[in-house]
Amino acid sequence: MTWAPSSATVGLRDLVDLLRSEWTKFRTVRGWLIGLLLAAMLCVLFTFLVADGGHEGGCSGPPTPGAGPNSPGSGCYTGHPFVPTGPDGEAVADTYQFVGKKMTGNDMITARVTSLTGLTSTNPGNVAPSLSATRPGLAGWAKAGIMVTSSTVQGSPYAAVMATGGHGVRFQYDYSHDRPGRPGAVSASSPRWLRLTRVDDTLTGYDSIDGANWTKIATTSVGGLPAAVNVGLFATSPLSFQASGGGAPTRATARFDKVMIAGRSVRGAWRAHTVGTGARDFYPSLGAGTSRRSGNSFLLAGSGDVAPAVNPIAGGDSAAETLLFGLIVSLIVVIVVATMFITVEYRRGLIRTTFAATPRRGRVLAAKVIVAGGVAFATGAAAAAVAIPFGEHILEANGNYVFPADALTVASVIAGVGALVALTAVAAVALGTIARRSAGAVTAGIILFVLPYIIGSFASASTQEWLFRLTPAAGFSVLGVLPRSALVESTYTMTNGYYPLSPWAGLAVLCVYAAIAVGLANLVLKRRDA
Amino acid sequence: MREALVAEWTKLRTLSGTAWLLIGAVGLTVAASAAIAATTHISSGGGQDPTKLALSGVELGQMVLVAFAISAISEEYGTGMILLSLAAVPRRRVLLAAKAANVGFMAILTGVLAVAGCLLVGHQMLPAAGLDAVHGYAPVSISQGPTLRAAGGTVLYFVLVALLSLGVATAVRETAVSIGAALGLLYLPPILAQLLSEPLRRLIQQIAPMSAGLAIQNTTKLRSAPIAPWSGLGVLAAWALAALFLGGLLLRLRDA
Repeated sequence: MTWAPSSATVGLRDLVDLLRSEWTKFRTVRGWLIGLLLAAMLCVLFTFLVADGGHEGGCSGPPTPGAGPNSPGSGCYTGHPFVPTGPDGEAVADTYQFVGKKMTGNDMITARVTSLTGLTSTNPGNVAPSLSATRPGLAGWAKAGIMVTSSTVQGSPYAAVMATGGHGVRFQYDYSHDRPGRPGAVSASSPRWLRLTRVDDTLTGYDSIDGANWTKIATTSVGGLPAAVNVGLFATSPLSFQASGGGAPTRATARFDKVMIAGRSVRGAWRAHTVGTGARDFYPSLGAGTSRRSGNSFLLAGSGDVAPAVNPIAGGDSAAETLLFGLIVSLIVVIVVATMFITVEYRRGLIRTTFAATPRRGRVLAAKVIVAGGVAFATGAAAAAVAIPFGEHILEANGNYVFPADALTVASVIAGVGALVALTAVAAVALGTIARRSAGAVTAGIILFVLPYIIGSFASASTQEWLFRLTPAAGFSVLGVLPRSALVESTYTMTNGYYPLSPWAGLAVLCVYAAIAVGLANLVLKRRDA
Repeated sequence: MREALVAEWTKLRTLSGTAWLLIGAVGLTVAASAAIAATTHISSGGGQDPTKLALSGVELGQMVLVAFAISAISEEYGTGMILLSLAAVPRRRVLLAAKAANVGFMAILTGVLAVAGCLLVGHQMLPAAGLDAVHGYAPVSISQGPTLRAAGGTVLYFVLVALLSLGVATAVRETAVSIGAALGLLYLPPILAQLLSEPLRRLIQQIAPMSAGLAIQNTTKLRSAPIAPWSGLGVLAAWALAALFLGGLLLRLRDA
């Protein structure tokens, strides 16, 4: 019995040979390689121009040695306000009214919230909020409750159990983590009992309606808690976006009674802190925080938020955003090169030789698509890998606040940009196959893949959102890395830098367009005389 | 020169793509204007310029004209026809001038039809969108001086964009690259201007071919516009002349 290769093995070997021949065709045209290099370089160049275009303030006077440009004590007066960084390395809002004591051991705090009311600023956005221009109105994420925090420095690790304006009782820790407790609003007839226990690094939140039957909400281990922590009551109230686009500062007033800190490790007198309302802190607040105590009852008023920082409140940028225009420029170059990859064969008659060598036309198209897509992926990813750190550096040097991005986020943007450029190149090859002529194919490619973005940047906000949802421009969602959070009410719209689709959903939309183009190309290629 | 003109006219006229491309340019321009007029509403902001709105389809429709003007010369390079053309008309500047005259004539034809369609669309659709006498807007009509200037200027804009594209294609010779370069030159600077801060933004709006050239469509708020209507069209004319000059120079100096 002799060994015969299976048909699958032969097919694979054919494809490898075909890929090799297409790759040779591509790499031996010097103009195309120069074109792709140019695409990557233009991308970086325009990222620089766009990043450099937005100056925000500047350094007046020499910077303090050793102090970062964002730290509050820095002598360097940069343009943007201070945005704290949380324990997970993310941008956070940490502005609230606190009254508490020091605690060294494993103890617990209990309190009853009997009322939570709010005020909303009625001043327009360009006038400083003032307590004399308000209307009654409690923000949905107004928070009042008990908190254990490592310190009152902004961005410290913490855990808290709280009553909220519209989301019931919550157990939250380290800014972005949230567990729901008992739903419903707080009132004198329906008060909420809250309890927080500490056992070393483990914090557990409970709630109750009568102070006798307790329900555990959740347990968490908060890293980085020192032996001596602050334990006490807090109140805060975030911007409200109910009325207008700009966001109105609000203020919450909470009444606590039956406050009890059990345990021998709690010492000293009650001390009030107003956290994060300095002149350079970014979170706008309504009036100064106040706290009044009589025995075991407290009245706290606070304004701000303890949550992730998002735009437009934080006014931050991302390097990925500055990449967009350069990406458009390089997409045009890539569309031109990818289209020519096939139209030149038609013009020179080489296509007949190609089909004579490989009569199965679908395979030729597949090989071309793979080669063009692979080369385009490398071009896009390389351009993004250079442009993103570069753009971030320029933005920061110009005094803009750049949201911190971890390595995984940066890597996914780089891969996403590569995929975006690759899918566009694949579709351009398909359009070239359908049109056979460069003029039609390049024009169609630019109309389909570049024009929606151009129209969007001049159209109304709602038109722009639809274009970025339905057209191939959805692929640009891979650049959407601005932080967003379900715990923060904000206007997550394109005017504030938020894409309507998530990165992968946007890429999937682009993928559908590329797949349709390739499908059509395959169909006409098989039916038509070459 | 006359023979060259007639020869180019015959070539351009008998190409199957020509008629379709020009019909496409007119159709796309009018359709885009209609789409914009249909989505416009008085509530989306006051102080609108009805004439500019009616003519805004040009921004999209010019794409097809660009492709047409570029094909007029680059496809000759693609097929090798250029050798024959140069054998028939050895004076290369004459050949380019004949091509430019014919492409320009086609662009006038396209421009007149497209602008007429756009004005009709504006006249019919914009009052329905609330841009009517009640809100202080006169109907779009060329009986008004500024609208007539905008309409005539837009036809000239078409011609200049076609000549600019022809110049680029003569210099580049490759269809795909020429289209990428011409469309990039037209569309990218206005977006870049949006992303930059003053005074760079205003500078780009004053010198970029599309944003400067389309200033001819402004009929209101002329003072706050980055560039005056006719100066803007002049900037575009300078671009077109420069491109044709560069193309002509390369055509003369280079081996075909």
